[in-house]
Amino acid sequence: MSKRDPIIMPDDIVILAKDLTKMYGEFTAVDHISFDIKKGEIFGFLGANGAGKTTAMRMLCGLSKSTSGQAWVAGYDINRQSEQIKKRIGYMSQKFALYEDLQVWENIRLYAGIYGVPEREIGPKTDELLHRLGFESEKYSLVKSLPLGWKQKLSFSVAIFHEPSIVFLDEPTGGVDPATRRQFWELIYQAADRGITVFVTTHYMDEAEYCDRVSIMVDGRIEALDSPGNLKKAYIAKNMDEVFHQLARGARRKA
Amino acid sequence: MENSNLLKARENWTFFMAFVRKEFHHIFRDKTSMFILLVMPILMLVLFGYALNTEVKNSKIAVYDPSHDEVTRAMVEKLQINNYFILHKVLNSASEAEKAFQSGEVSMVVVFSDHFYENLLHGGYAQIQLLADGSDPNTANIITSYATNILSGYQMELMKTDKIPYLITPEIKLLYNPSMVAAYNFVPGVMGMILLLICAMMTSVSITREKERGTMEVLLVSPMKPLYVILSKAVPYFFLSLVNLATILLIAYFIMHVPIAGSLFWLIMISLVYIFVCLTLGLLISTMVETQMAALIISAMGLMMPVMLMSGMMFPTENMPVYIRWIADVIPARWYIEAIRKLMIMGLGFSAIIQELSVLVGMGIVLIIISLRKFKIRLE
Amino acid sequence: MPAIKAEHIFKKYKKVQALNGVSLEVDEGEIFGIIGPDGAGKTTLFRILTTLILADEGTATVNGFDVVKEYRSIRECVGYMPGRFSLYQDLTVEENLNFFATVFRTTVEENYELIKDIYVQIEPFKNRRAGALSGGMKQKLALCCALIHKPTVLFLDEPTTGVDPVSRKEFWNMLKRLKKQGIAILVSTPYMDEASLCDRIALIQNGQFLKTDTPQNIVSEFGTELWSVRSNQMSKLLKDLRNHKAVDTCFAFGDTHHITFKNEPPLEEELNDYLHALGHKYVYIRPIEANVEDCFMRLSGKTLQS
Repeated sequence: MSKRDPIIMPDDIVILAKDLTKMYGEFTAVDHISFDIKKGEIFGFLGANGAGKTTAMRMLCGLSKSTSGQAWVAGYDINRQSEQIKKRIGYMSQKFALYEDLQVWENIRLYAGIYGVPEREIGPKTDELLHRLGFESEKYSLVKSLPLGWKQKLSFSVAIFHEPSIVFLDEPTGGVDPATRRQFWELIYQAADRGITVFVTTHYMDEAEYCDRVSIMVDGRIEALDSPGNLKKAYIAKNMDEVFHQLARGARRKA
Repeated sequence: MENSNLLKARENWTFFMAFVRKEFHHIFRDKTSMFILLVMPILMLVLFGYALNTEVKNSKIAVYDPSHDEVTRAMVEKLQINNYFILHKVLNSASEAEKAFQSGEVSMVVVFSDHFYENLLHGGYAQIQLLADGSDPNTANIITSYATNILSGYQMELMKTDKIPYLITPEIKLLYNPSMVAAYNFVPGVMGMILLLICAMMTSVSITREKERGTMEVLLVSPMKPLYVILSKAVPYFFLSLVNLATILLIAYFIMHVPIAGSLFWLIMISLVYIFVCLTLGLLISTMVETQMAALIISAMGLMMPVMLMSGMMFPTENMPVYIRWIADVIPARWYIEAIRKLMIMGLGFSAIIQELSVLVGMGIVLIIISLRKFKIRLE
Repeated sequence: MPAIKAEHIFKKYKKVQALNGVSLEVDEGEIFGIIGPDGAGKTTLFRILTTLILADEGTATVNGFDVVKEYRSIRECVGYMPGRFSLYQDLTVEENLNFFATVFRTTVEENYELIKDIYVQIEPFKNRRAGALSGGMKQKLALCCALIHKPTVLFLDEPTTGVDPVSRKEFWNMLKRLKKQGIAILVSTPYMDEASLCDRIALIQNGQFLKTDTPQNIVSEFGTELWSVRSNQMSKLLKDLRNHKAVDTCFAFGDTHHITFKNEPPLEEELNDYLHALGHKYVYIRPIEANVEDCFMRLSGKTLQS
């Protein structure tokens, strides 16, 4: 198999992980996690700080090498073909998304360039995106002048501008008002409808409810993986908050 | 195959250009970096080109000419008529030379031996001495070489017409730094700079760091008077600067053999005053900016650079245009360095530094008043 | 006399009207929540009440002291936790605590009882640098530092933002215990679920209070029917519901959508049939009670575009 070819995945699976492990010296950050995620699924990746979420996500994005175990993202091996992966995914994080002192359209063009969208497509796609978001009047505004909610919606749209197969969202909706948060999730819905798989980590347990399936990580291991509905039944809980609470109570890694 | 490599190259280029464009945006939209990139070079050019030139003109000199004969008078006139020198004073004895220097009236004293022409013709003792202030070796060097050139030039002319048998090369004698040790000049400069660095820059950065991190907010909403917060920042730097002062003096004295010819007590006193001035400068800067970056840049550009360029450390102050001298006079370091030079190298006492001391004390008072006024008990 | 009182506060901040005539009262032993999104004006209000900035118009008192003229007295008796972990990252837990105790002219020992419940949780890490703590731990430490001098009024600006849900719950339990000691607590949060943990709340948006009351009252005044609808195609469901002629608003709420109606709600069967005809399966419709978030959406909905 040449370095460039993807493997063929069964059943429309876009992410497959088998006993994925990451150790830092003696410390096991991610402990043999396994799961598979289908195309167009909205998958919630939950867990307390220090549980290993971020480490796992970085491995899947091709940003860090696993210690053992395997995983394929969009058909490519995360350890040996990470460059191929980076071309086919989108990424958005709460901490950083856009350049504040660039205008809206400049940010779009920048990221489009980075993701290799052909030059001639960028213009029309930009206008289409701004129209869809209702941002046309802000095309030439500096990003720093936009309210937080708009920034996040824009960041998400930029992250999927190049129609990746999967988009990774790292805590995307902190501090945003409920209405904007909803609009954000509606954008996620629309993306999922178009076949983009959404892998999202979040602290907001109610957002876990938007997902098709969620996994909960505790101390580096996946302690639960199912649809929110099934988890609530299994743990006899009213909402995801309670499910999380029950699972996390036994956690050792909290500080 | 060919195609895909080309494609990849194009991809990479687009990618690369996207970043380059972005960086230009960042630069153009940040006023501070624009200033540094565009205005600073122009400023420096102007300063170096026009304000600071290593030519020294219109230096005041004094002459002691006991012989008062044809040749000596002609030589004195030659010195006078060109625009490098101005004859400020005619001395009546050699001992007056030292006083003339100390009072800062003259930069050079020309001394002719008695019965100069006579001795010259008959092979007796004929001597020209050029006395200059060695504690400023840059200037001393320059003006003594001018004088030597002028005098030698004139003597050559005389030789051509057989008026004198041979040349007398002026003997150059430097007071206060006879071996022209460069260290003598830059040690005071270094002292001025280091103390400025520690007290002004570090203090302002430390205070603004507090603001940037948000801890300042919490401190303000507490019984602690905001002023104490600030003072608590100044105190460690005060002590650090004392330590540094001691270290520099020790190294200068024992290792570099720079003399501490004058009063150690007043050396320390004026240093304390200078430290105080620098601390209040740091405080003032911190009231004006919100970020550490800004504090750093203002301290570096606004304080250090002018000190380096205009305090006489690197370039002679003699010849700076008047308006530059006025700017230099506003810089505390200039006065401090001057005083240190007088105390350490010229070995003078309190009376010689009265002007510098009062200027620094005055600056300190003005600065602390302004800073206190500007100091906010609130966030805006 | 209320512990905190603000009347008609107006503040323009960098060309934006941050506060547009805001008034509130908080009593001793009351937890008053200011609920609203980023940029609504919460932090500005806090800064005015803690005497850090001046209002353009309006008056405010804390413990009877005027925020403008008697700011010194206020600064001695309040505890303040601004957002974003304002601790010294490079000092240890213990050093931070001691420092703040000293700043308030007291010692850790003097008021240990007050912070004991919280402190025991971070005590095992007392020699660790504050910067190396997790979000939840940092907040607990910050709370201790704000309480160390036994303040009578606590201002907590978004204390649980970015903190994991378990720590958030613990944090609110601590607040409830503090309330019992008679401390007045003004807390701001963007988390709607925390609203129900307060005695009274004010919903804030664009510098104005949409409503001020107990969470229960606000919910009971929702004023219209609210239904929860689910199907196997949530994204399509959103569109289809919005297209239904009787539906006024439809918002995604996690695993269901909440809908309100323009006039009378249709029959459940009717809606069921409508959705099945459009291809939905596993349709689940149910009238529900509104929660604080529904109220917020409704109250602010007029001003927002979808």
